[in-house]
Amino acid sequence: MWNYEKKLQYPVTIKNPNPKLAQLIITQLGGPDGELGASLRYLNQRYTMPDDKVKGLLTDIGTEELAHVEMISAIVYQLTRNMSLEEIQKSGFDAYFVDHTTAVYPIAASGSPFTATYFQSKGDSITDLVENLAAEQKARTTYDNILRFADDPDVRDPIKFLRAREIVHFQRFGEGLRIVQESMASKNFYATNPQFDK
Amino acid sequence: MNKESMMQVIQMYDFYLEELQLYLDTHPGCRNALDMFSKYQDLRKAAYEAYAANFGPIVLSQTDTSHHFNWVDGPWPWERSTD
Repeated sequence: MWNYEKKLQYPVTIKNPNPKLAQLIITQLGGPDGELGASLRYLNQRYTMPDDKVKGLLTDIGTEELAHVEMISAIVYQLTRNMSLEEIQKSGFDAYFVDHTTAVYPIAASGSPFTATYFQSKGDSITDLVENLAAEQKARTTYDNILRFADDPDVRDPIKFLRAREIVHFQRFGEGLRIVQESMASKNFYATNPQFDK
Repeated sequence: MNKESMMQVIQMYDFYLEELQLYLDTHPGCRNALDMFSKYQDLRKAAYEAYAANFGPIVLSQTDTSHHFNWVDGPWPWERSTD
């Protein structure tokens, strides 16, 4: 189960609207390497993960990703406040606006809606943990790309925080992979799948 | 301390605890990390209580039940900004 804490993990305080930038950053909510996919990936994978420490890691990182979903949503929300119709049209936000007005909806920067095909829960410890390592790097690259287009320090600050978290999670998943491999046949990690073969 | 500064202190303690939690998941026997986790748990608890007493609940259990369900009082976290 989960309980809500009425706070953000890291402050988001954006003074100036920027619907153009919001359309790029929303990809970290509903895009292929976004926070929603990250959270669902880890929280779904954890049930069959054999090692208790790695179950904890998937639970705790999956939970932190929910806090990142909220931060990205707060950034998108704050970047799309107080806009004139002219600003909406000029920035290209008009296509999103006709579908969702200024509500937050999980889509990629390219406009595709969120889909569970963005992640796997494969039921093999090595496969899943290697997917997670790649996922953290893909999210880090996405944040690097967002930072190329974001000049506003109010936006850059929380984005840089989120970027740094991807690197920490990559480190921890690397340790999770090591823990799992140490419990397996060292001559051939692929001799058995610890989530199915007994 | 004002509301924003108190919230920043809480976010700081929670960040230490998040980092320690993930580290302890893969290093559950690390004495140094366990001691730091315990220390920041205590600091966090005090900061949460001080914040709730002045500015309202962060967790549901801090809600004031004397006359009004202040859990619903704004601003909500995504609105906590320059407004």
